[in-house]
Amino acid sequence: MLAALIVPVAARRRYELGFILALVGVGLSMVASIWSLVHVLDNGTMRYNLGGWAPPIGIEYVVDLIAAFVVVIVTSVATLVIIGTRRWADHEAGDRLGSFYGLVMLLIAGLVGMVVTGDLFNLFVFLEISSLAAYSLIFLGGGRAMLAGFRYLILGSVGGSFYMLGVGFLYFSTGTLNMGEMKELLTDDATARSVQAGAAFIFAGLGLKMALVPMHLWLPDAYTFAPSSVNTLIAPIMTKVGAYAMIRMFLSVFPDGYLKDAVPIADALLVLGLIGIVFGSIAAMSQKDIRRMLAYSSISQLAVIAVGLGLGTPLGLVAALLHIMNHAVMKATLFMAAASVRFTSGITLVAHFSGIGRRMPFTMGAFTLGALAMVGIPPATGFFSKWYAVQAGIESSQWIVVVVVLASSLLTAVYLFRILESAYLHPLQPEPSHADHERDGFGETERELAEESQAHEAPLDMAIPTVLLGLSTVVLGVLNAVIVIHILEPGVA
Amino acid sequence: MIETYSSVVPLIAVLLPSSAALLVLLTGERFRNLRDSWSTIAAVVMVAVVASMLPDVLDGRVPQTTIIELSPGIDIMLRADSAGMIFGLLASSLWVLASVYAVGYMRVEHEHKQTRFFVAFALSLTAAAGVAFAANLLTFVIFYELLTLFTFPLVTHRETESAIVAGRKYLTYTLSGGLMLIGGTAWVHMLGIDGTFVAGGLLADESISKATAWGLLALLMVGVGVKSAVMPLHGWLPSAMVAPTPVSALLHAVAVVKAGVFGVVRMLVFVFGAELLREIAAWQVIALFAAATLLIGSLLALRHDNLKRRLAYSTISHLSYIVLGVALVGPIALVGALLHIVGHGVTKITLFFVAGAINAHTHKENVSQLDGIGWQMPITMGAFTLASLSMAGIPPFVLFTSKFYLGWGATEVDQQIFMVVYLISGVLASGYLFPIIYRAFWKRSLDHVGYGEADMRMVVPLAITGVLALFLGIAPNLPFSFFELATNVATAAFGPVDALASGASDVAAGAAR
Repeated sequence: MLAALIVPVAARRRYELGFILALVGVGLSMVASIWSLVHVLDNGTMRYNLGGWAPPIGIEYVVDLIAAFVVVIVTSVATLVIIGTRRWADHEAGDRLGSFYGLVMLLIAGLVGMVVTGDLFNLFVFLEISSLAAYSLIFLGGGRAMLAGFRYLILGSVGGSFYMLGVGFLYFSTGTLNMGEMKELLTDDATARSVQAGAAFIFAGLGLKMALVPMHLWLPDAYTFAPSSVNTLIAPIMTKVGAYAMIRMFLSVFPDGYLKDAVPIADALLVLGLIGIVFGSIAAMSQKDIRRMLAYSSISQLAVIAVGLGLGTPLGLVAALLHIMNHAVMKATLFMAAASVRFTSGITLVAHFSGIGRRMPFTMGAFTLGALAMVGIPPATGFFSKWYAVQAGIESSQWIVVVVVLASSLLTAVYLFRILESAYLHPLQPEPSHADHERDGFGETERELAEESQAHEAPLDMAIPTVLLGLSTVVLGVLNAVIVIHILEPGVA
Repeated sequence: MIETYSSVVPLIAVLLPSSAALLVLLTGERFRNLRDSWSTIAAVVMVAVVASMLPDVLDGRVPQTTIIELSPGIDIMLRADSAGMIFGLLASSLWVLASVYAVGYMRVEHEHKQTRFFVAFALSLTAAAGVAFAANLLTFVIFYELLTLFTFPLVTHRETESAIVAGRKYLTYTLSGGLMLIGGTAWVHMLGIDGTFVAGGLLADESISKATAWGLLALLMVGVGVKSAVMPLHGWLPSAMVAPTPVSALLHAVAVVKAGVFGVVRMLVFVFGAELLREIAAWQVIALFAAATLLIGSLLALRHDNLKRRLAYSTISHLSYIVLGVALVGPIALVGALLHIVGHGVTKITLFFVAGAINAHTHKENVSQLDGIGWQMPITMGAFTLASLSMAGIPPFVLFTSKFYLGWGATEVDQQIFMVVYLISGVLASGYLFPIIYRAFWKRSLDHVGYGEADMRMVVPLAITGVLALFLGIAPNLPFSFFELATNVATAAFGPVDALASGASDVAAGAAR
């Protein structure tokens, strides 16, 4: 089971071979994670003690149903994205391709590590590994990406430190870092101030990582200016793992109901989540750049996860976990499609999408599926996480949740249908002239690309992963009951 | 009593239009004759498939398909019960005619992107069939949302500024309605109630508080009220008239709006049930909204010169005939409402077909431009005359039959006032339709010389539906036993009804009087 973790790390060591090794690494990791999911389904939770030291002294890795589920999502989405963005990586990383894939592997290893670890400090280590890799990858964009990356670095480090502080408080109170043991020990002295402070710090740290409003400020710039090969990878999975870590706190670190009753963290998540849903959607409506629009949309969608979590009921958790999967797949589809469009035509502004649907039928078809899933048209995936969230809201009589979650569908429709309308219903624009590029703030890369290629369907190795992701939004939607019944419900029980 | 048996036939009926859509897409513009025949072939097969379930359904044996468990404890389930059969048969048989008509219209108008058009058209039929055969709330919601989605490219087909604005308006209204439905459905399930439709109301035996019942009613009724264009939720319909006329004809006479009123039937009769509606005094509220829409819609129709807009407001008014009929919670009014779904479908599609044929052939779209056109296009305007007579409720046309039952139903539950509303609206209908006939045949104008009839692919379908408007009035049980299906629904919901026992012969007798 550890293979999922080790393989990417191993692959990093020989990063000279670049793409192939990265692909093999993440592919193996995906296979391993699927295997471990099956194994966990049959045999229950897997545990592994690093270096043979038994917890609480050694570091323990725990793969339960939920961890296995999230790892499968992370690795499979990453696999498709790495295949799909190979051309972008070639283009953007240039002669630093080796270190590029090294960092990518490090990022994925960090994320997987965060998911499978059973140790609070170890989680911090992986958190920092993945974050550092992410900062460096964003820096590859140069120019404004430097600033965006730096901002992310500062805020991200603050978040990391907050988390670390929180863990420190807990360690002082309990003397352990192992999650399972922590939960048992905390049951006894639940009212201690230090534990409450620890919980608050952890909440702030992870909240920043999952871009909870008002701790989202790093995200829009980072997603917009990062290289396309990077934001396509980071956007779907990185914040999700932050959200997962938050769920982990609820499930296996703090005693049941502690974060609801002793410290009002669940309520904070709920309130901030509700604000985030509305704020993110409204901000997304007014964006001109599609990447920025999708970034704000991420803030709004992550807030849905926060709301599910904040409700604190099993059904709410199911909604949150399902939305982790759904949003990973949907956002990967949308970012992949946006990256493909940018690759073939240099277009990033929403206004320039006119008529693109005719030129790139498969890419935009996938985009349409992803967009409909985001809006929550059944039977695509997005519908079901909202369905469970609404049910959870009704169950705990939080009517405001019901209203906001439902209304968010409509808000999402507003900003995504803008693109669909433009792509399918507006006439194809004549090739933008050089002057237009100047005016619209095209960067060097875009101009180069726009000149060397007329817009047409993306190359096959870009289009196929995009279409696969798009189709999976529907397939996963139809099969959601299987996932919910076999994985999520037992997982949160 | 009604028993169900497992069968894939309802699923086949729902998937048939989708397969047509796929074939259309694969064939493409290059082989357009082949492409355009797929729709018609699929439509004919679909009618046959749906009709093949008819004998069993009439015997009280209902075919049912369970597809997949979609959410823990909730299946996607299709069931061809009597009510579903009415809508399914109506939609599929009118699709046959509409697909032929659409080919003629699109070719004559040289519309662009015809492949996309026919794909979306066929997919809309899948969604409509799904709405018809949905066996529980969640399945209903899914197909209801899909219907919104698939019809969006049709509304915006022209790609003009006004089409796009109308498309946005359409989405805003219908998606909001869909969200209400989703909320209501989730609520029903959270109360621990199975969402499978039951004649007489799935909430009937549940003990739910009055407030909960009102909350559910508001969510679910607003949800279906949008597509049935009950005022004040009707704003999208007149705007959506920018779509090509075959869309207005099939969707705004049959698929979309009828999905809405069919939803009203499902919600009031199969979810809430008569007793609950009477207990919480909800039916009066719905009836008031419907009656107001009925009258205001007719009045607004009077003042529009644009033919399609006039028909749109007439549609709004007639949809509320049905909503009102269902809201009266009496068996006879229910039969009238169900018959009105069929009758109005056939009649209104004729009127839209005519409007489209005139527009495609002569590029006239206003009533005031139609002087003397009757002598140039005698078959077209003849069909229009038949349909107008039906709309006005003149015996023995089909809408006389349904209005007769609606009025009778109103008196049966001692609500004579609503019968008066029906009658006034009938008079108004003649007010907004007969002047057109007058202009077409009695006024002379030099504008219309040498036009002749429109393309045969348009004329033949509209002539058939025009004649059907008369034929169904005389023999409502032929060819698809609509009357018997409607009485079955009423019997299932309200128990045996003496007045309906003698069946169709009464109607013919009533018509003859």
